[in-house]
Amino acid sequence: MLTVLVDYESGNLHSAEKAFQRMARELDAGEILVTSRAEDVARADRIVLPGDGAFPACRKALDQTGGVFEAIEEAVTRGGRPFLGICVGMQMMASWGREYSDTRGFDWIGGEVVRIEPANPALKVPHMGWNDLVVDNPHPVLDGIQTGEHAYFVHSYHFRVADPAERLAHVEYGQELTAIIGRDNIVGTQFHPEKSQRAGLRLIANFLRWNP
Amino acid sequence: MLKTRIIPCLDVADGRVVKGVNFVNLIDAGDPVEAAKAYDAAGADELCFLDIHATHENRGTMFDLVTRTAEQCFMPLTVGGGVRTVADVRALLLAGADKVSFNSAAVANPDVVAEAADHFGSQCIVVAIDAKTVEPGRWEIFTHGGRKPTGIDAVEFAGTVAAKGAGEILLTSMDRDGTRAGFNIPLTRAISDAVSIPVIASGGVGNLDHLVEGVTEGGASAVLAASIFHFGDYTVAQAKAHMAAAGIPMRLA
Repeated sequence: MLTVLVDYESGNLHSAEKAFQRMARELDAGEILVTSRAEDVARADRIVLPGDGAFPACRKALDQTGGVFEAIEEAVTRGGRPFLGICVGMQMMASWGREYSDTRGFDWIGGEVVRIEPANPALKVPHMGWNDLVVDNPHPVLDGIQTGEHAYFVHSYHFRVADPAERLAHVEYGQELTAIIGRDNIVGTQFHPEKSQRAGLRLIANFLRWNP
Repeated sequence: MLKTRIIPCLDVADGRVVKGVNFVNLIDAGDPVEAAKAYDAAGADELCFLDIHATHENRGTMFDLVTRTAEQCFMPLTVGGGVRTVADVRALLLAGADKVSFNSAAVANPDVVAEAADHFGSQCIVVAIDAKTVEPGRWEIFTHGGRKPTGIDAVEFAGTVAAKGAGEILLTSMDRDGTRAGFNIPLTRAISDAVSIPVIASGGVGNLDHLVEGVTEGGASAVLAASIFHFGDYTVAQAKAHMAAAGIPMRLA
């Protein structure tokens, strides 16, 4: 089995690679490959799309990485391959990103990504640090991860999901912020599983075992 | 609910952990990677490596440390010391740092913060501010380990770098650093109130009540400490339990 971490020069894949490698080794779940080649994505059994930085910059960088987005879309929407988006990789699954300008997302999960604007000025932006998950909808990637477990977040924009059934978990920060989204063969986490110690490694393991 | 973070800071020189008392009298306290693993296991919320002797020649040692730490610790790691350019930020992120901290370079040229935030996103750009009291209610930025005054007002500078795209401020009181007398609360409060980004309080922690004060009175989103943890005065778990008992939301093991 081959799991690819898509490298389109939007952030640091080192930690993610190490975390996926560790769980793949423990589960005997095959090979982890960091790649920016469309042909690797096309032959992958599972696809992970990380992303750090601004939504428009990530979208642009992805579109400029020769044929990679087309390969992802083909594998995920027609091939039914399991997909995990992380942070901005998750946000790009939305219909729209509203960061700086209006940028089209993949439109896989209806909704838009908007700035976090807490009514209480004591709540800082970015939303940075450990927050406890509230599970909205049970899902195989959440196996063994209960409400109250902590995950590590760092983001200034959040995903307002149109269909509540597609929001798997959220956190409280003056308002509800989407933490995990999913439907069919696609999931995404706003937090960084590779930085979230126990719950994060568990989610990675669940993803590597998931057969939607 | 978002939890207040406890961040042990490892001062690193030539590949080893040290802790400066007012930035002199360095005492060797071990291997940074082993220390990082211990803090990961102990429930620290993040880690910070500060390269206090950063020079062009020894950069490789720091990259190696960061890489080895990131391979073994699945928690956020901030690295600072000697970071001057966007290329420095890129190299540390590629080595496995999650956040990179500017210090003197941001004072000399605040635009480097904007440049780095544009490239990599605000989430990974920290600005470390070393401030010293010059008169009651006024604090000035000092660089070069607290030796060099700049004439720049710390509160004003915090606002500047936040506007340039810094994602977080690591605020060290040079009056308090190494004294164990507690955080400089008025300074922490002034900066925290002046910016909408998170502020990490640093410098002066001697006991667990100091950590509480940094949050409840100083308004800090995170507290950074070194000696009280490195020398085993308190464990991270004790610190968290103490802060939780004071009503601060903490991530408990």
